[in-house]
Amino acid sequence: MSNEHAGIIEVDHLVKRFSADVVAVDNVSFAIAHGEVFALLGPNGAGKSTTIKILITLLAPTSGNISVHGLDVRESAAEVRRIIGYVPQTISVDGTLTAYENLMLMARLYDIPRRERTSRIAEVLQLLNLTDHANALVRTFSGGMIRRLEIGQAILHHPKVLFLDEPTSGLDPVARQNVWKHIMELREQYGTTIFFSTHQMEEADEMCDRVAIMNAGKIAVIGTVPDINQKVGKTGATLEDAFIFFTGAQLEDMSNFRDVRRARRMQQRLG
Amino acid sequence: MAEMEIRKLLHDPTELVTRAVQPILWLGIFGEALSKVRAIPTGNYSYLQFITPGILTQSIVFIAIFYGLNVIWERDLGLLQKFLVTPAPRLALVWGKMVSAAVRGLFQAVIVFIFAYLLGVQIILTPFSILIVLIITLLGAGFFTGLSMVIACIVKTRERFMGIGQVITLPLFFASNAIYPISIMPGWLQFVATINPLSYMVDGLRAVLIAGTSAGIALDLSVLFVTTLIISLLSAYMYPKVVM
Repeated sequence: MSNEHAGIIEVDHLVKRFSADVVAVDNVSFAIAHGEVFALLGPNGAGKSTTIKILITLLAPTSGNISVHGLDVRESAAEVRRIIGYVPQTISVDGTLTAYENLMLMARLYDIPRRERTSRIAEVLQLLNLTDHANALVRTFSGGMIRRLEIGQAILHHPKVLFLDEPTSGLDPVARQNVWKHIMELREQYGTTIFFSTHQMEEADEMCDRVAIMNAGKIAVIGTVPDINQKVGKTGATLEDAFIFFTGAQLEDMSNFRDVRRARRMQQRLG
Repeated sequence: MAEMEIRKLLHDPTELVTRAVQPILWLGIFGEALSKVRAIPTGNYSYLQFITPGILTQSIVFIAIFYGLNVIWERDLGLLQKFLVTPAPRLALVWGKMVSAAVRGLFQAVIVFIFAYLLGVQIILTPFSILIVLIITLLGAGFFTGLSMVIACIVKTRERFMGIGQVITLPLFFASNAIYPISIMPGWLQFVATINPLSYMVDGLRAVLIAGTSAGIALDLSVLFVTTLIISLLSAYMYPKVVM
């Protein structure tokens, strides 16, 4: 049952084992407060994506107790899906449909009552500044507009938690700023909790109440950015310094061939 | 999902034209040539009449069988993950895909009927036969969409799916009653054709469109209904695994 006093996300001793040797998430515990903006950082293969997939019910945990708004993600997966929104890293809108049609499809999948669908879509289009483009085919959109539409699809049902996987990956600084402006408006307007993963240190630094740095399936450090930076033990340490300190990885070394290929393809498509 | 499929076709109808080429070639070249040879026993009907339901079935099946590729494509895009994170039941998502394939199949049916009419093929179009065409298209497209989704969930990559898709589509077509009667096949092939759901699609369509009878329709529809239901449940079970 939902409990407003507990964290909206509670992860207790989460383990995800893909095989005897491969432990993607290794005994991780953390809690996120209602309305918090929280980022998960870490090199590729650190367990960020697996953790998010478990939280959004796409993957079952091997062990541990994980709840979203007091609902167990395993036992109440269908109920959890009603109160969360998810924006994948890759482009997840249909370019051959209009913005309105993309939103209508999701409104139906989220089972929004028929009489409310049009008004919800209008509300989202206005919030994300896409009203003038409602009837344009999405393949004509810029990268920032696509990302805003994807966020729109994920918030039609007024989720309590919005999960975003690298929300500004492939976007230029202007589009990035614009996307974040809209994400923060969501929190102000609806009190939505924002949980995202990113490789952009400055983004985490600027936007988050707290961040966690994952490494080799464990949470290496969690807290506010100033607290984390202080733990590096170096005057004027940045989050990037903290990242290297806690993961032992250079930012440059994070991607493998598949990641690079995917990122470049996406950049190309987002223009 | 099916409505969005229609909207996509309305936004860009070129796909309808390109998809129309194959059945037109089969009817116009293969059908015309073989009907001159008179080598295949087709009873009281012309060879073109005989193969029209077969070519229609082939068009529907070829569209449906590549829906698995669509699933992999949606997985790679992230659309599939987004669908799976909605509260929509998995079975409803699978049925959405099946109906989408059927919608495209029905557009094919219209094209095949128009071309067959131009070739002078006599087809019986009554409210009953049109209803049966609708039901068979829905069930047949549903079965082969479900089958392709199960394959997609197993192979998981576009390259592997393309290989397997090509390997199974033509044998499915040739090991059926689509372009020749089962009676002229060797025994082992007759068995394969009998367990091939594609044969039941052709049989049902041939009964109502060419023979103008409802004899055997109950069996055809029952086989298609049961196999589609089974593959729906299997697809709904396997569907979420494609993102893992």
